[in-house]
Amino acid sequence: MTTGSLSYVGPVLRARGLEKHYGHGGGAVRALQAVDLEVATGETVAVMGPSGCGKSTLLHLLGGLEQPSAGEVWLAGTRIDGLGEKALAQLRRHALGFVFQAFHLMDELTAVENVELPALLAGRPPRTARLRAEELLDQVGLIERSQHLPSALSGGERQRVAIARALSNDPSVVLADEPTGNLDSAATRDVLRLLDRLRVAGQTLVVITHDARIAATADRLVSMRDGAFVEETRLTHGTTGPLGALAGLEH
Amino acid sequence: MGRLLLIGRLARRDLRRRPLEAGLLLLVIMVAATTLTVGLLLHGVTTSPYARTRAATAGPDVVASVSPPPFNGGRPADLSGLDALTRAPGVTGESGPYPVIETALAAHGDSASVQVEGRDRGHASLDQPALTQGTWIRPGGVVVERSFAEAFQLRAGDRVTIGGHRFRVVGVAVTAAWTPYPSLFCLTPCGIQALGAVQGPPSAAREPDAGLIWLTRADLRSLGAQTVSYTLNLKLADPAAARAFVLRHNIDSPNAPTLEAWQDISQEDGEVVTDEQRVLLTGSVLLSLLALASIAVLVGGRMADQLRRVGLLKAVGATPKLIAAVLLAEYVFLALVGAVAGLVAGRLAAPLLTDQGAGLVGSAGTVSLTAATAATVIAVALAVAVIATFVPAVRAARTSTVRALADSPRPPQRTAWMIAISAKLPVPLMLGARIAVRRTRRLVLSVVSVGITVTGIVAVLAAHAQLTAQQVPGAAGLADPRTAQLNHVLLLITVMLVALAAVNAIFITWATVLDTRHASALARALGATPSQVTAGLAASQVLPALVGGIIGVPAGIALFTAVNPSRTTLSPQLWMVAVAVGAPVIVAALTVLPARIGANRPVAAILQSELA
Repeated sequence: MTTGSLSYVGPVLRARGLEKHYGHGGGAVRALQAVDLEVATGETVAVMGPSGCGKSTLLHLLGGLEQPSAGEVWLAGTRIDGLGEKALAQLRRHALGFVFQAFHLMDELTAVENVELPALLAGRPPRTARLRAEELLDQVGLIERSQHLPSALSGGERQRVAIARALSNDPSVVLADEPTGNLDSAATRDVLRLLDRLRVAGQTLVVITHDARIAATADRLVSMRDGAFVEETRLTHGTTGPLGALAGLEH
Repeated sequence: MGRLLLIGRLARRDLRRRPLEAGLLLLVIMVAATTLTVGLLLHGVTTSPYARTRAATAGPDVVASVSPPPFNGGRPADLSGLDALTRAPGVTGESGPYPVIETALAAHGDSASVQVEGRDRGHASLDQPALTQGTWIRPGGVVVERSFAEAFQLRAGDRVTIGGHRFRVVGVAVTAAWTPYPSLFCLTPCGIQALGAVQGPPSAAREPDAGLIWLTRADLRSLGAQTVSYTLNLKLADPAAARAFVLRHNIDSPNAPTLEAWQDISQEDGEVVTDEQRVLLTGSVLLSLLALASIAVLVGGRMADQLRRVGLLKAVGATPKLIAAVLLAEYVFLALVGAVAGLVAGRLAAPLLTDQGAGLVGSAGTVSLTAATAATVIAVALAVAVIATFVPAVRAARTSTVRALADSPRPPQRTAWMIAISAKLPVPLMLGARIAVRRTRRLVLSVVSVGITVTGIVAVLAAHAQLTAQQVPGAAGLADPRTAQLNHVLLLITVMLVALAAVNAIFITWATVLDTRHASALARALGATPSQVTAGLAASQVLPALVGGIIGVPAGIALFTAVNPSRTTLSPQLWMVAVAVGAPVIVAALTVLPARIGANRPVAAILQSELA
């Protein structure tokens, strides 16, 4: 696995005073308030918290899928919160990869066609995109299933395809929103192994979860409540400590 | 009874939930029903005005005429043949013979060839032209046949110059003995004397039109024409046997009279309306097909939206049969209302389109809406609604309750070869091609919609070219009412076709935007720009439009040839190419706005809603 190609030195992802409000006046909902976050290159950060605490909103703001009400978002030294939709799309194309809880695979495309899609959107030659997609499917252990439609894949396999797709353009950061939220135990373990391999390979990861096992694979754990960070824990030794055992990972 | 009441109530509530869509459906059905009504109503006007004119003018059963043979040294026409006809078996009455000359009429700065018939000031027992304006002829005062008067904008009181002599128009009248302008039967080749010196002799195939004027015998003599023809009107004991009489007495000899039966005159009168009827009926078929496509798109779009409601109905105990009945009842109701509105609109519009009776008494305004016409229009509207609704209604009714309640989108169709090919295309075309093949039914509807419209426009262009080719030289300054009327009808059909096709294009695009909202949001999350997604959505409509345009050109030529087997004039190829290319360009322009709205929806909200 390869890491991001940007040559920026410093936190690859940084948020300052990030806020997000929905609605106006007295009925406004403060989904996120004064959030500061720095993610170093190659670091894996897990964000945990109860449902509705603002985790997904944070991920959307970090990925430029939504505009913040206040605050700043920097990606590889570039401030992105004020960028237009076109610039954000180009940024997502080259610097970000998304993994969603609901997989969000195109139903009419096979596994390999789904994985090659970001590369095609980035203007890569079809042949190059296909080779890269097959390579990634091989890495996630699904090369034998490359011609299958999502409907013929299990939940875990679909999520592994989605992870391969997120890596298609060698992004600087992969943002994963509840990647195991829709999976059973066995599938969750497969995805955990895959995320751990990404971490070991130096891929920067921000993972939203309320699964302690997935948080255990991270370098750092951030806890959220009511739209704000309430606690931050650095997990030494990654998955080799007690938390790694909790996650069921073997090294 | 209770079940019917329930179906009615549920259908009514569903229609009220989406009044705009219901209104659009109503409009589409009404437009198609209006055209069909006008087309069918014209059946009635083909013959009735002539029959009324014949009754009002004591129209003859047979008109006989003689002209001096050409190159005869100035000898007059031989009237013995006409005299013999008055004594022929079966003849019970006659009027004439009346002298007829051909000369030029000038008025309002224009000139035209006219046939001038010398008549008595008294009332004729056969063929007494019925006045629609002014008074009958008197010395120095002429009466002008109505369709010619309208084309030349002549009214009672106007001054005209006929054969170099000044006259005053004292009246305007109709007759059943002559076909009206511009189809007047010329006793001598029209235009040779009057206009030949100015414009050269016309070809046999393109005779200039001539008008008809009545004046007194004395005034006709004062014009001093060298060539005088004569007409004789005959009444038969059995008017229905007029054609047989003509066959028996038409002798192939230069001095023998030429005979024409009233049925043949009537047929020529009806040609104008027959052409309009043909155009309108063909147009109404095309519009009905377009309406079918519109309804199918609208119904499909509505079904996708109301799937959750279907699930709720099922959850509270409604059977698939009841749900299908409710959905069908909605569209049957709309079809009925649309058909009735179309019948009323068609009945009101028919006189505007069929004012062909200028040369006849009465007009299409007096046609009646028969029960058969009403039944046909209602049956077609119902059939269109049921056909378009049946598949989505049954599909919705058969959807599992759980899936319907979840309101999850129907999985898209996979077209492997298109996905493979599209990977080699630029991003907007790749997205467009993939979106286009996600829903085969919608793709077919897009192709059909544009194909029908282009077919209609190409056929209209061909018809227009035909009419232009038929324009008669020498009738400068005169409007050909037949051409003008047909062009009017053709324009109307074109406008309705284009309007319905435009509505279809927008409906289909919007349905596509809704259907692909998740795929579009995902493409944007993966790096596609909003403009690429917009272009992709527009391209998904342009690609089938291109196919429809290409299919429509030969189909339009085939349609024109089928409707007019004897006519071969086609519009210039450049026009055909322009239509084929123009169709996708117009579709692109129409779809950009809905595509843009769809492509700029918030990504996160859509992806989150899919999760919910």
